[in-house]
Amino acid sequence: MNKQEEFNTTSESEKVYNILNLGPTHPATHGIFQNILKMDGEIIVEADPTIGYIHRAFEKLAEHRPYNQITPITDRLNYCSSPINNMGWHMTVEKLIGCEVPKRAQYMRVIIMELSRIADHVICTTIIGQDTGATTGFLYFFQMREKVYEIFEEICGARLTTNIGRIGGMERDFSPVAWEKLNKFMKEFPEFLSEFQKLIERNRIFMDRTIDCGPISAERALEYGFTGPNLRAAGVDYDVRVAMPYSSYEDFDFKIPVGQNGDTYDRFMVRIQEMWESISIIRQAIDKMPEGPIHADVPEFFLPDKEEVYSKMEALIYHFKIVMGETAIPKGEVYHSVEGGNGELGFYLVSDGGRTPYRLHFRRPCFIYYQAYPEMITNGLLSDAILTMSSLNVIAGELDA
Amino acid sequence: MQLQERLETLLKNKFADAFISSETSYDFPVFVLDKSVLYDALSYLKSDSETGFAFLTTLCGLHYPDNKDQEFGMMYQLHKLETNERIRLKFFMSKEDMKVPTITTLWPTANWMERQEYDFFGFKFVGHPDLRRILNMDEMNYFPMRKEYPLEDGSRDDKSDKMFGR
Repeated sequence: MNKQEEFNTTSESEKVYNILNLGPTHPATHGIFQNILKMDGEIIVEADPTIGYIHRAFEKLAEHRPYNQITPITDRLNYCSSPINNMGWHMTVEKLIGCEVPKRAQYMRVIIMELSRIADHVICTTIIGQDTGATTGFLYFFQMREKVYEIFEEICGARLTTNIGRIGGMERDFSPVAWEKLNKFMKEFPEFLSEFQKLIERNRIFMDRTIDCGPISAERALEYGFTGPNLRAAGVDYDVRVAMPYSSYEDFDFKIPVGQNGDTYDRFMVRIQEMWESISIIRQAIDKMPEGPIHADVPEFFLPDKEEVYSKMEALIYHFKIVMGETAIPKGEVYHSVEGGNGELGFYLVSDGGRTPYRLHFRRPCFIYYQAYPEMITNGLLSDAILTMSSLNVIAGELDA
Repeated sequence: MQLQERLETLLKNKFADAFISSETSYDFPVFVLDKSVLYDALSYLKSDSETGFAFLTTLCGLHYPDNKDQEFGMMYQLHKLETNERIRLKFFMSKEDMKVPTITTLWPTANWMERQEYDFFGFKFVGHPDLRRILNMDEMNYFPMRKEYPLEDGSRDDKSDKMFGR
């Protein structure tokens, strides 16, 4: 008896369930996710997620690449906020080689990381709006992501997979156009954000739809290893930026927004509030931006200027060493984590002194919290499952590495 | 540093013979213990009132093919959110005996993490509820993160770089 016949047969004694394949490609799942759902009418009885559709063997690949060539790999983890991944990797290596990055570069990094956090949260919040039927947010507010990408384009030349920054600092200073675009963004964005917030936040339909949709308690969230906005929505104020400050985050004054119920509405609200905090951090960083060099004095890692390569012996040697991957790396093992768009993004790096990492393990927040998804959607409606997934902001690239 | 000393005393008292070494690697206290106490040590660190490292940050497998009888290792990172202390534990084992007790009973989040390490290294997590491959396809017959497996299919020769290859 095949599945269809089984479904058509009505049995008095035995309850008949319907098997539904949600995904791997489905317009409502925003990525390559497959969930095999056992349905009782419209209620989900059991869910079995299958992941790995875009697995690209990053951990193995990283064992065969020099350190500076690993940055483009990290781009492709959470591709909605690649600069945070890039910076996290640079800081991991800087920790390993014991390199102190100048203040100006640190502040520039903070600006870039907060901009990408905004881009990440813009995607998540507008998609929650889209999935509840509030298409306006997706069409109107989503353009702010484009503005962020324009700033990235001006800073580093790339938009999505940025490869921004270098080990030891930043590759170049912000150009006048980048400053201009940044200042324009800082003027425009709060207006757009408050407009979007006003449109959605107290909307009766939106609230009815999202409150108590896919909730998770704080205890359960901690057991499942939640971090980032999804954990904070459940009411735990853990933020890597505050707990283990990196890149001068201790210089800035900002709040950690927390929710109460850990449902879709709280996850939405936490992200909205975090965007306001990001704006405040960027503003403080612009105001306090120190003068000085934009990279540390680590010639073995930081590619010298082209002018120097053509005119100075040492610069040429270092250029050659970096490009050919012949840099000497100290032995050791180091873990560094940054607050990514979705939570604690960690890099566990073991170096045996070779030109490539001996072992590189990514702590990918999406991978860790996505396993709570079946529990969160069981005994709920199918349409709530879609909404729960978008509010968790599961990014396929980070999930599958 | 105080954290390392404090925990070293506690772990030595609790698991006298199984305690192998401890060090501070960058900002992390690292403890190496014998595999026989893996579950007990993690459960002690999680639940005891003196320790209370209740958050599992991450775990991952390690492979050192040259270390005789210590080829494979498991690394666990725990976090105590209240005091913001983090520690790392390592357990080494030989390639003949890759059985590791599962910690899914302590942390449900270990479920997929352990599946991932099984998928890539072939650790046998004893007692794991659902030990299947997770990122690779089910038909795969080897464990790709082990050092002996090349990055690319070893049988192809169209990519060999005879001039600059290393």
